[in-house]
Amino acid sequence: MLRRVVITGLGVVAPNANNTGEFVTALREGRSGLRFIPELEELGFACQVAAIPKGLESALQMIPGNLRLATNECMTYAAIAAMEAFQDAGLSPALGERPHEDTGAIIGTGIGGIDTFANRVYPNVQEHKIKRLGSTVVEQIMGSGSAARIAGILGLGNQVFSNSSACNTGTEALIMGMQRIQLGLADRMLVGGTEGSDPHTWAGFDSMKVLSRKFNHDPEAASRPMSESAGGFIPAAGAGVLVLEELETALKRSARIYAEVIGSAINCGGMKAGGTMTMPSPQGVQRCIRQAVLDAKIDPHAIDYINGHLTATIADPMELNNWSSALGREAGDFPWINSTKSLIGHSLGAAGAIEAVATILQLHYGFIHTSRNCEDFHPEIANFAQHVPSSTRDVPLTIAAKASFGFGDVNSCVIFRKWSV
Amino acid sequence: MNQEDIYNNVVRIVSKHAKDPDALSSIHPETHILNDLKVNSARLVDIVLDFEDTFDLEISDDDADRIATIGDAVQLVKALKN
Repeated sequence: MLRRVVITGLGVVAPNANNTGEFVTALREGRSGLRFIPELEELGFACQVAAIPKGLESALQMIPGNLRLATNECMTYAAIAAMEAFQDAGLSPALGERPHEDTGAIIGTGIGGIDTFANRVYPNVQEHKIKRLGSTVVEQIMGSGSAARIAGILGLGNQVFSNSSACNTGTEALIMGMQRIQLGLADRMLVGGTEGSDPHTWAGFDSMKVLSRKFNHDPEAASRPMSESAGGFIPAAGAGVLVLEELETALKRSARIYAEVIGSAINCGGMKAGGTMTMPSPQGVQRCIRQAVLDAKIDPHAIDYINGHLTATIADPMELNNWSSALGREAGDFPWINSTKSLIGHSLGAAGAIEAVATILQLHYGFIHTSRNCEDFHPEIANFAQHVPSSTRDVPLTIAAKASFGFGDVNSCVIFRKWSV
Repeated sequence: MNQEDIYNNVVRIVSKHAKDPDALSSIHPETHILNDLKVNSARLVDIVLDFEDTFDLEISDDDADRIATIGDAVQLVKALKN
């Protein structure tokens, strides 16, 4: 029998909040983290709005000084969020020479340390100055850099690695960590995703014309999920980390439990039936959601709230229809749904993790944050508008679903139940 | 740059990489960079790069390999500057 997995710690670095306490307030207030970025204008980006965490000076001091020299932006966000999540769970870094052998980490990223590559590796190699790279480059461009940094700071002794599945990464990490605990291979896993803010990360998306480019003059209006005027997503940065824990282990130490992870699924549409590298197959998405509901052993009508992927692209109407078909719930019978990306943009590999933190906080505190900038609701999905909060609502919630979808036609869906004693 | 300036700069550069900040309070010429300050051995290449930039000199791999203590670094820099 699979072991039960609960969430006992949360950590976040978001464009509108630097920790979970601030994040709850920011979500409740519908505070936007979107800003005009002069550097993007200077570089000739069509999209000149982004969502980047700020004011992290004091949080940075949490990272030991000798490590800060080898910790780039996405590693920094991940480390700060992980330290917060660990502390929030009532846990402390391993002292002495023995690591926490029962605790591991899966911290993914979509693009990762491209800032280190662009600003250090490429120019030095071009100038034949190999020696100038020193010893700190490899650990900042290796895919597992953020997970490795966290393991070193906290002293984690179980499996430590990074997953990468584009914008699906953060939610996938959560599910993979849960599975490791379910199977008895670990008692605790830090899971999440992180992404930096370097223009080199975003340039390719801008050239694909998938970034919002018509609201540079009104930055907070630039991320418009589910609206008719949505013209692309707003690139963002940050990290979300959750502490997953085996239920009995958590109960034994009287840990505060936010929620239980009761169901999940990960799949790929196989780029069949309408799926491509950049567009999800509706069949694949629906299969993923159905599998998660089956895994949770719940009636689809029990779902109170959906935290959508909802990026503000042409895929939004398709996503709502996919949820409706997969759950067998027509527009009149639909759960609450919102887009956290309307407040903080789309942080690629970090998005699913930050949004999972947002989902858990809404479950825990009983509210649904406003989904901004969809006053002109997309006509194809107009029937769903009544289930999208135009202002934050206090609503008791029991079961929430979170899904992420990524380039490569990959999908993840996870279902949480609020913990009650 | 006199010997005191060299010593202070060597200490400043090495200190950035010390894993054990407490050991910095009792730093002296015989302090071993890896054993006493718990500097990650991989960081020695960064320390040597920093020496080269700070003191405007080039340090060969052979010379770099002979640096074990703060005093070794000070003596090497002094010799290369003369």
